[in-house]
Amino acid sequence: MIDLGPHADYIVASYAAAGLVLGLLIGASVLANLAAARRLAALEAREASKPAAAKQ
Amino acid sequence: METAPKPSLWLRLANPAAFNALANVLLWPLIVGTIAAFGYGLYGAFMTSPADYQQGETVRIMYIHVPAAWLSLFVYAGMAVSALGTLVFRHPMADVAQKAAAPVGAGFTLICLLTGSFWGKPMWGTWWEWDARLTSVLILFLIYLGIIALWRAIDEPQRGARAVAIMTLVGAVNLPIIKFSVDWWYTLHQPASVFRMGGPTIDRAMLTPLFVMGLAYLLLYLVLLIVRMKTELMVRRIERLQIVAADKQARQGGSR
Repeated sequence: MIDLGPHADYIVASYAAAGLVLGLLIGASVLANLAAARRLAALEAREASKPAAAKQ
Repeated sequence: METAPKPSLWLRLANPAAFNALANVLLWPLIVGTIAAFGYGLYGAFMTSPADYQQGETVRIMYIHVPAAWLSLFVYAGMAVSALGTLVFRHPMADVAQKAAAPVGAGFTLICLLTGSFWGKPMWGTWWEWDARLTSVLILFLIYLGIIALWRAIDEPQRGARAVAIMTLVGAVNLPIIKFSVDWWYTLHQPASVFRMGGPTIDRAMLTPLFVMGLAYLLLYLVLLIVRMKTELMVRRIERLQIVAADKQARQGGSR
């Protein structure tokens, strides 16, 4: 393990903070994308099934 | 026989389907590039970069702080261009890009502020100082938050896009203030040492990992921008479908 000297806590904390912010950004972006894709697929499936239901 | 001229990429990207097709081609190479750049950049930041003769090991914070500062300005400059795209050229994807970019820009600015604070405590003896550079970057962060709040406050996308575009252009005056604050005022923050007249003052052993980390941040930004733009397009399509469904339902109810 590399010796980060007397200010190691500050270095580790800064990398942890950057990692946390980037992780939140990536996580929020991916989750929002998956949720939107699911909702759109469900809506389109519902719209596609409507004419068939109307014919019955 | 005359054939219609092929539309430019700028015009073709106005079509969400064309944008999605291009985005799908670009996304995975950008993700792989981002991971590789972060891997190489972090290796350089911790393994090949020497300690600074004044800052010691604390210089390693520079590799995540400085690229975050670059990207906080770069993202905002891109949003200002998108704002012109909305107001002047009325490009349909301009406000989608702007809305997608704002939270990412805010994230980079927050990283810049946090890591700068963690560097400032051992080097300056203080977490925060109300000097021109630090204060102007804090204002940039607040402008980002204001833009995000404005998007959420206005339901109608086109009205929201115009209001946000005007606010973005007004806020762009802060960019040169941030860049030149260290020259115009006496500040605790050190002057420019990479992008300056006369070239960088940093040794190549430190400059290489710094630029690689800058590239990693840039590639990550492009990945997030594409993912968030695709999401925004889907959200708008969902809203349109819901409006059409509600309209159909209302007409059916009215005809009974």
